[in-house]
Amino acid sequence: MATTTANGIADRERSRPALGRRYWLLGAVVLLALLPLLGGKTGLISNYGFLQLSLMIVYAIAVLGLILLTGFNGQISLGHGAFFAVGAYAAAVLIDQANWPYWATLPVAAMLCFVVGYLFGLPALRLEGHYLALATFALAVAVPQILKYRHFEWFTNGVQGINIFKPDPPFGVPLSADQWMYLVVLAVAVLMFWIARNLLDSRTGRALRAIRDHTMAASTMGINVAHYKTVVFGISALYTGVAGALHAIIFEFVAPDSFRFELSIAILVGAVVGGIASLPGAVIGGVFVQVIEKYADALTKKLTAAVNLPLDLEPWTIYGIALILLMYTMPMGIAGGLALLWRRLRGS
Amino acid sequence: MEQLIQQVASGLANGAIYACLALALVMIFVSTDHINFAQGELAMFSAYLVWQALAWGFNFWVALPVVALLSFLIGVSIERVILRPLHHAPVLSVVVVFIGLLAIFHSLAGAIWGHTIKAIPSPFPNFTFVGSGYIGPHQIGMIVVTVLLLVALFAFFRFTPLGLAMRAAAQNPASARLAGIRVDWMLALGWGLAAAIGAVAGSLVAPAVYLEPNMMASILLYGFAGALVGGISSPGGAVAGGFIVGVLENLIAYLGNLFEKITGVYIIGNGEKLTVALIIVITVLTLKPSGLFGRVSVKRV
Repeated sequence: MATTTANGIADRERSRPALGRRYWLLGAVVLLALLPLLGGKTGLISNYGFLQLSLMIVYAIAVLGLILLTGFNGQISLGHGAFFAVGAYAAAVLIDQANWPYWATLPVAAMLCFVVGYLFGLPALRLEGHYLALATFALAVAVPQILKYRHFEWFTNGVQGINIFKPDPPFGVPLSADQWMYLVVLAVAVLMFWIARNLLDSRTGRALRAIRDHTMAASTMGINVAHYKTVVFGISALYTGVAGALHAIIFEFVAPDSFRFELSIAILVGAVVGGIASLPGAVIGGVFVQVIEKYADALTKKLTAAVNLPLDLEPWTIYGIALILLMYTMPMGIAGGLALLWRRLRGS
Repeated sequence: MEQLIQQVASGLANGAIYACLALALVMIFVSTDHINFAQGELAMFSAYLVWQALAWGFNFWVALPVVALLSFLIGVSIERVILRPLHHAPVLSVVVVFIGLLAIFHSLAGAIWGHTIKAIPSPFPNFTFVGSGYIGPHQIGMIVVTVLLLVALFAFFRFTPLGLAMRAAAQNPASARLAGIRVDWMLALGWGLAAAIGAVAGSLVAPAVYLEPNMMASILLYGFAGALVGGISSPGGAVAGGFIVGVLENLIAYLGNLFEKITGVYIIGNGEKLTVALIIVITVLTLKPSGLFGRVSVKRV
């Protein structure tokens, strides 16, 4: 119900793209995949640049998870940082304690997060709107403490966290570790976006949107509301958890305090800024979150120098202002706004 | 035994703060059906304002009413300017705007006053009395001020025409409007009162926990838990819930310690306070969403 008014637009937008658009998309992915050759070998993009790109993609996957739940099923979550944390710890612990190869940890993290999300989805069934927001808010605030729990210390390493090492490319592929992980992250992202699109185009996707738009009508039509709501909670957690696992691998470190409430807010900001019910919106959101996190300081320094502000603004100030302004001007986020603009320009 | 009494007493003192916050949350919930996620950060901001006034050399008891009034104005203007256009907006938009407010106040406090920990001295005189061993003067002071505040609020809502108008606007906006009450302004007043109560809670708790931008996250969570336990639609219930949760918080840690001492197995302690709040929130929400004293909401099918 959360996004009823604007979703007519989003849904029309999401129907299968025309042939031309599909080629554009393919071209963009190929270009991104060739970046290590085009940018890396020529020195245009540093290893640090590739790390930044990977982080953007990782956040895009995390945001996609939230969008599936909130945008397409109408369940609000302020606590997706928790699932991000579970995924990250699953990967880090398996690599650190059991010496697993990094790629093998991804499916395990995915399954674990699906189960955790599904279980959290059970009590969530009884909650709507503000109450669900409240329950997930509590979850987000409590996460670091749960991770520090004394009986988990033997594998989580407590406050210190876990250090892992970035894997080198296999078979002597002539790429740096950052470039290789960028390709891995990109491949995972493409796969997961493709699955998400097919899922949303399927019978399941229609059921999810029907529940969001009118739960009672959906259940009258024979849709098993409880089943779909819990399963989509699991799937949403799975997406965000895989993002967490990838983050742990490329960042080479996990610790309880990296998964504070701020992380859940960042994921929410990404979803809202990008477009809450839009797959391209997830990409925009992921890029936005990483850019703000990285460049908010520089940006505010410039701003304060220009208008002589007597204080240093922080990323959160920009997040907050962006959230509130977007709610008034573009409730469907940047993706929704662009789609609207495009339609106006086409005059339809 | 002595330790147990001590724990209950300090639980009551914490509970006073939770009760204040829970009350502020309920005031907004009753009139607008919104859960104000920014309540804690507003209270934190007010506490910083008090600190600033103290730094300028004012007395605490002069600073507190002034800051409460200022917070009242901030609350009213937030409602009038930011939330007014969202009256019929979907839940998600409202939640997102609250999170935006939370982020703005949080970062503004950090930007203006910095992230280093600051201390507010306790405004209460250090006296000894019967039972001094169990509870400190500041804790007594917190409880006393909270109770006074509650009595004043109760009197305001029960005996003044404005209080009656606010209750009417919350209970039945349509009829209240027909009776000539300016419902919109009543909502704004509710917001202002909530912000002022939060200001009192924030500046009372600051001497106990130190002042820093993150100080309110866990306190707000317990405020939520208190409001839910008491029933988020009942002001009296919220206060009771706040005290219950405060005592519960300390008792659970105490029992955990006792259990560890006897059996040597650690289960729960001070490090799990937020987890306890999370469990309380989810348990109440799923098993008895109306809380102990709240009214059961019935959905029309």
